[in-house]
This record gives sequence, structure tokens and C-alpha cells, in this order.
Amino acid sequence: MNIKTALMGTVLGTVAGFAMAPAAFAERGSDGHVNIIYWQAPSTMNPYLSGGTKELEVGSLVLEPLARYDAEGNMVPFLAESVPTVENGGVSEDLMNVTWKLKEGLLWSDGKPLTSEDVRFTWEYCTSEGGGCSQSEKYNDVTDVEIVDDLTVIVHFGVPKPFPYGPFVGNQAPIIQKAQFADCTGEAMASCTDQNFAPIGTGPFVVDEFKTNDVVSMSANPNYRDPAKPAFATATVKGGGDAAAAGRSVLETGEFDYAWNLQLAPDVLADMESKGKGKLVSAFGTLVERIMVNYTDPDPALGDKRATAAHPHPILSDKSVRQALSMAIDRELLVEIGYGAAGKVTCNVLPAPAIYASTANDACMVQDIEGAKALLEADGWVMGSDGIREKDGKKLSLLFQTSTNAVRQDFQAIIKQWWNEIGVEVELRNIDSSVFFGGDAGSPDTFQKFFADVEMYANNFDGTDPEAYMANWECKQAPRPETQWQGNNMPRYCTEEYDALVAEMAKTGDLEKRAELAKTMNDMLMQDYAIIPLVYRGRVSAASNTLGGVEINAWDSELWNAADWYRIKE
Amino acid sequence: MLHYTIRRLLLAIPTLLFISLVIFLLLDLAPGDPMASIPLTVPPEVKERMREALGLGEPVHIRFLNWLYQFFIVEPQVAFDHLFGTDFSEGKQRIISFQSRSPVMSVVAERMPQTLWVVGLSYVFATLIAVPIGIISAYRQYSWFDQLGTFVSMIGFSIPTFFSGVLLIVIFSVTLGWFPSIYDTTHEVTDWSSFVFQMKQMAMPVFVLTLYNAAQVSRFMRASMLDNLNQDYVRTARAKGMSEKVVVLLHVLRNSMIPVVTVIALGVPSIFGGAIITEQVFQVNGLGQMLITAIYASDAPMVQTLTFIFAVLIVLFNLIADILYGILDPRIRYD
Repeated sequence: MNIKTALMGTVLGTVAGFAMAPAAFAERGSDGHVNIIYWQAPSTMNPYLSGGTKELEVGSLVLEPLARYDAEGNMVPFLAESVPTVENGGVSEDLMNVTWKLKEGLLWSDGKPLTSEDVRFTWEYCTSEGGGCSQSEKYNDVTDVEIVDDLTVIVHFGVPKPFPYGPFVGNQAPIIQKAQFADCTGEAMASCTDQNFAPIGTGPFVVDEFKTNDVVSMSANPNYRDPAKPAFATATVKGGGDAAAAGRSVLETGEFDYAWNLQLAPDVLADMESKGKGKLVSAFGTLVERIMVNYTDPDPALGDKRATAAHPHPILSDKSVRQALSMAIDRELLVEIGYGAAGKVTCNVLPAPAIYASTANDACMVQDIEGAKALLEADGWVMGSDGIREKDGKKLSLLFQTSTNAVRQDFQAIIKQWWNEIGVEVELRNIDSSVFFGGDAGSPDTFQKFFADVEMYANNFDGTDPEAYMANWECKQAPRPETQWQGNNMPRYCTEEYDALVAEMAKTGDLEKRAELAKTMNDMLMQDYAIIPLVYRGRVSAASNTLGGVEINAWDSELWNAADWYRIKE
Repeated sequence: MLHYTIRRLLLAIPTLLFISLVIFLLLDLAPGDPMASIPLTVPPEVKERMREALGLGEPVHIRFLNWLYQFFIVEPQVAFDHLFGTDFSEGKQRIISFQSRSPVMSVVAERMPQTLWVVGLSYVFATLIAVPIGIISAYRQYSWFDQLGTFVSMIGFSIPTFFSGVLLIVIFSVTLGWFPSIYDTTHEVTDWSSFVFQMKQMAMPVFVLTLYNAAQVSRFMRASMLDNLNQDYVRTARAKGMSEKVVVLLHVLRNSMIPVVTVIALGVPSIFGGAIITEQVFQVNGLGQMLITAIYASDAPMVQTLTFIFAVLIVLFNLIADILYGILDPRIRYD
């Protein structure tokens, strides 16, 4: 009888178990293993030590912020109960304090409770002297992180913050565990290898083994807040090789489930996708490939004053020249040869989020060589016998520099052709990206020094708020000897109106008004042709057909919702 | 001989110190910035602080002496502690990589197994295959075997590994699905099936490298055999009525091995250097891949340490080759 009851019980239990487990809501770890490939391998799991995209994204599987951005760019609470705003009382009226409430019952993967101590410690950690925290910008102007109770903190700012979501938001500023990192502040940050390679987190996965620049082995976090997630029991993030090999491993051989950042020629990608093992996914953030126009004279004869505001550029100071350069470009074709599905034509340097995107400059979408010629002609630039236009003895001759990269060299060659057509002589130059973007004040080849007439690269901003990004083109941001050639204002663009708009935005809290200001600033830059936008670039990754739940995100980590990923069963 | 070896080893010390200085200065003068791969969204002041945290604020000579101290004093202590459980290195600063902020030597130790497995094994295979091919090719010069051997080694010489590697992946991974295209460095051999998997994942990279290395060694072997086969002593040996086997395998082979041994011995350090391209193609992620990523990331301590280790190995294997000369050829005496 007893045996019979037990058997019945087992059978009933099993039946009930089957009935109660619909496919999509399988229990934690029921879907086995997921293989992710990041061809640029992560070198550490601690985002505060690296700042590189690869480390931030892989780190996001383990460490989580209070709130992050979803695929549409909306802020969603992760460790916090809700996102504080002025309306719900979370942000004070004077914009100087933000109150964050943690969700109840959150545990670290080692079983310890997550408390406001950890939140405060994260701030102390990143701002500690001598550590070289790569995300310290996120904690700018924070004067204190006050602990109210175990689950509540108030972030105090020294100045009013219209957009107070720098600290503890997004994959750049996740919460780390105080108990683990307490001895790792300041100069000790770098020597805590064990902690940096295997941080204890609240995210869906736990690091089992970390091999730097090679592979990370992970397993499901036993204390993850949703008991049904993650669906995968184990995960591997493999690195190494190149984008083509990564794409092949997902789209052609099916060995991997997800491949990050496949910057390959559009036809190569299309061919891989046609094998039918996976699909390409893309998302657009704020990345714009652009040409910067130098307003200052880079002539080496000027010595110390080279490429500074002391000497305006002899030919590019003429607005019609800048405009003609922009008109001569066929952006549609650039997208087609360079980026395919991962690019769109843009006429703005601030292309997104939607409320900030201007439509005032859309004329640039169509190439107009004849118009460009007429414009130069009308302005007195006459064609010389050698096919190069000149005016007052000055020839329209430009040095065009960029970083070494196959797509950029293609762009250079084709743009040179268009510019030649309108009578502009172009000399091309490409510089290794570690030098070009290196910012070494001793090197003449950095993009900040800009010892050339025009230069091309891509830039974007973190998160969804463009305030800091639009402030890049303030007068004081121009790189010059006094700033050790640091600064973001590569064109050395400088007008009082623009600076006034920047100051205005810094004290405006209302979203509509901020959008209006950002659009005006964008239009100013575009209509002055200080920046010639080329391509609005997205991210392209590949996901296997058997991997479900993927929602690629350009505003945060691509792996932001890895907890929701599951295996699609036939 | 012992006297000679000791003298050579002592001479190697100033050589190596000089090499380390040259490497250090070259890396220091080379353009490039460890912060270059960090997104432009990180402001320059933050990058400057990060640079200071890496110790880049110190003057050149201090950084060089620091590195020497760490390499010759601290790292051996760490190794000693690791072996004997002592704590001489307690609290001392090790050589730290800019990329991962972890000790360079532990990454080297982590990378060594897959490099030795793949590159080392291919070197052994290449030698085992190439020497007999070279001997037969020379003995039967212009036979079909010699022609075939020449053809295969020309292919090995002239087709770069980034082409042959990808070709193999397309055939055996994409089309046939026999072998994995990506090497799993976390795989452990515990039983028969895991051993079979290890063989499968090693098959393609080892084949590519074996072809390349065997091409070189077999050409050397053939040329050296040909030089010797026409010598007077060979005719004498034959005239004395010795069998062909004895003539070729005992007399000619021993003499022909002298230059080949040099080539093989001097090739051994390149095993530790890894195979940069092949490792990248198959994601073996050994020492070669580590070196190339470090170069891209301007990770000076890692590049410096790795290249210096290679320098040590090259000096060492030069010495070994010279000593082997003396053993193989009684005419060569150093004392």
C-alpha cells in the first residue's frame, strides 16, 4: 500500500510537472549550454578597469546596474524597484538628489544579500585615488552616496543634473560587491586579479573560469532573482580570430549560437546568412561615421600655432567650399559598399533617439555634383588648367586622413573621386588606429592634433542623453597646446551662439525643451558644414536559428537580456 | 666542452641584457597608446588617469629597471614559491599586463599547453616526415617520388597558412562537418571520447603547420644529402663493398644531418613563439595569438616579456645547436 501510494505520488508529480512546464517557461538550466563568440576576446571581467566594449558587454552577463536601457532606448529598472524621476519624487525638484530603492530580497551569486552598502561602495571604488577607473566620468559631480536604509540610497550631486542617470545606470556602471572588492580600491585595483577575473554579481551567470583574451566559462547563477531563469545551465564566451571566422561559426557551421560585431563586407555577410543556420540581427544606436572639417590651418610652417584658432584655414574657412564637399558625396552608395544592412544614410551628427533627430538637413541625402560645381563657381573658385579650382592664388587642395581600416580606405578612395570631379585635389593618408585614436600629445598623427584638412572617423555617445555629446563642439573643447592637445572639438568650431545653447541645455530639465535645443545645435553644425555626416552605423551580430529571446540592443550591452535567452526546440 | 658551454652561457648574459634594452626602447619609441582601443566616449582626463595607474607616468630608465627587477628577481621568486610553497615574493609587484591587469607570466603559463600541443606536435610530425622524405628524394633524385616531394614542399612553402587554413575550414568544417572550426581551449582529455575530440580539433591546425614546417626541413635534408652523396668517401665506402643501407643511412646520413640539425634546433624557439596566423585562423589562442593581441593593444609589458623570452630561447637553442655539432661531427672540437 505504501509502495503503491509512493508510486502514485511519483506518477502524479511527474504528470503535474510536465503539465506545469510550458516550453517557454522552462526551469533554470534546462536548456543546456549556450556558445557565444566575441572575436575580440575580453581581457578582464571588470568594466571599471577596461572601458572597452568587449569587456563591458561580457561583464554584463555577471554584473548589473540599478537600471539599464532596453532595445528601444527606454530606461528599465534592473536592481532598482523603479526608475526615479521628478514626477515620482525620486529626483528632487532642484535636480541635486536622486533616491534609488533596491528590489527586495536580491542576493549576490554567493548568497549574500545586496544592500545599499554595495551601491555606496561602487561609487567609492570607482572614484578612489590612483585606481584609474575607466568609468569615473559616470560619477562626475557626485558628492556623496547616502545610505538611508538597507535598500535605499540617495545620490547627491554638487550641481543640478537635468539628466541624473550617470551613476549606477547602463552597462558602464554596474554594482560590485563590497565584501569582494573592499581591499581593491585605489592603487590595489589592478593587482586584484582574482576579483577582476571573477567578480561576484547579481546577473544571470557566474564565472567558473576566466582565461584572459581567450575564453570565459560560466554557469547559471543559483541565486538569480527569477527562479526560472536563465534557461541555460552553462555558457561559454569564446574569443580570438576575426569577424569572418566568428560569422562562419554561427552562420555556416552552427558551432556557436551568437557572434558579436560582424563588421564584414555586406556581400560576405549575405552569403554566410544564405547558408540558413542563423540570421543577422542589427540595431542602431548613435554611431555616425563623419568627416570633420578643419577650421584651422594645419600648415607645418606655422610651428606651435599649427592647427590652432590663431590661424583660420585658408580654404576651408570658406563656407561654400565646405558645403560643396558635402554636396558631392553620394551617401547612399557609401552605405551600400561599406555597411549594407548595418548602415543608413544620415544628414545629422545626432541621429537618435527619435526625439532628438532633426529633419532639417535631409537635402544631403541626394548627391549633387553639378550643384557643388555651380556653388564653387559662383563663389569665385575657377577651374585651373590642371583640373584644380583656385581663387586668389590658393588651390583647392586637401589632405584627407583617417585610421587604417578596409572600409575607411574604400570610402577615402571613392570620396576622393567625387571631390576630384568638382575640381578639388585630394591627398589620402591613413594612420594606424592605435596611433590615430591614441591621444599621445607627442605624436603628430592623432585625430585630436588634426594636422590635415579633413579627417574621417566614427563617434557616438553612451546612453540616450546627448548633452555631453553636443557639448563636444564648444569653443573650449578645441584641442590645442594649452590642453595638451586633448578635447573633442576636432573641427575647432567656435561660435558664441553655440556655446550659449550648450550652457542653456546644462540647466534645462524639461525633456521637450532639451530635445529642441539638441536639434538646434545639430542643425547649426550641419548648416555650417563643420561636420559632414556620412553613415549612421548600426551593430550587426549573428544569432543561431535555435537561439530564442535575442533582442539586440544598441543602447546598452548586446547581452543585456541574456537571462531571457532560451533554446528553440524543434 | 663543459668549459666552452660555461663560457658561452656567461657571454649570453650581456647579450640578453642588451637585447632587453633594445626591445624596451623600441617599444617605448614605437607609436601607439594602450588607451587607443577605449571608446571615444571615455573623456581624455579619465584616460590620462588610467595611463598613470598603469605606471606610464614614470621616466623611461625607471620603468626599464623596474621591469628588469620584476623579470629577474620577482618572477623567479614567484615560480619558486609556486613550486615549494615558500613566500619570498609576498607583496612584490609582478609584471602586469596593460590589457587584463593580470600577471603576464600566469597568462604565459595558461597559454603554453595549447601552443605546445598544436605547434609543438606539428613540429615533431614535420621533422619525422621531412627527414625520410629528404633522404629518399636525394637518393632517388628526379624519380617520381622526388618530383612529388618537390611539388608538395613547393605547395607548403608557397601557400600561406591563412589561405590553407581557411580552405581546410571551408572543406572540413563547413561542407563536411568533420572537424570543429574553433579550437576549445577549455577542453580536458579525460577519457577516450574526449581524446578523440581533442584529436579532431587539433587535426586541421596541426596539418596546416606540419605541411609548412615539413616543406622547409625536407628541402634542407634533400640538399644536404645530395651534397654528400657525391663525395669521395661515399665512393670509397661503396668500393669497400658496404651495403647501400650502410652507406646511405650510416655514412651519408650522419654527415648530412649536421646542417639539418642546426635548422631544426633553431626552429624550436619558434614553437614557443606560437604560430601567429594559424592560431588566429583556428582560434587556438596560444602564445602567438597572445603576442599579436598584445601588439594591437600596445600592451608593452606583455610584448616586452614575450619577445624577451623568445630571445632567451633563441640564444639557448643556438648554443644547443653548436653543442650538437660537436657530438655529431668528431672533427669539430671547441676546446
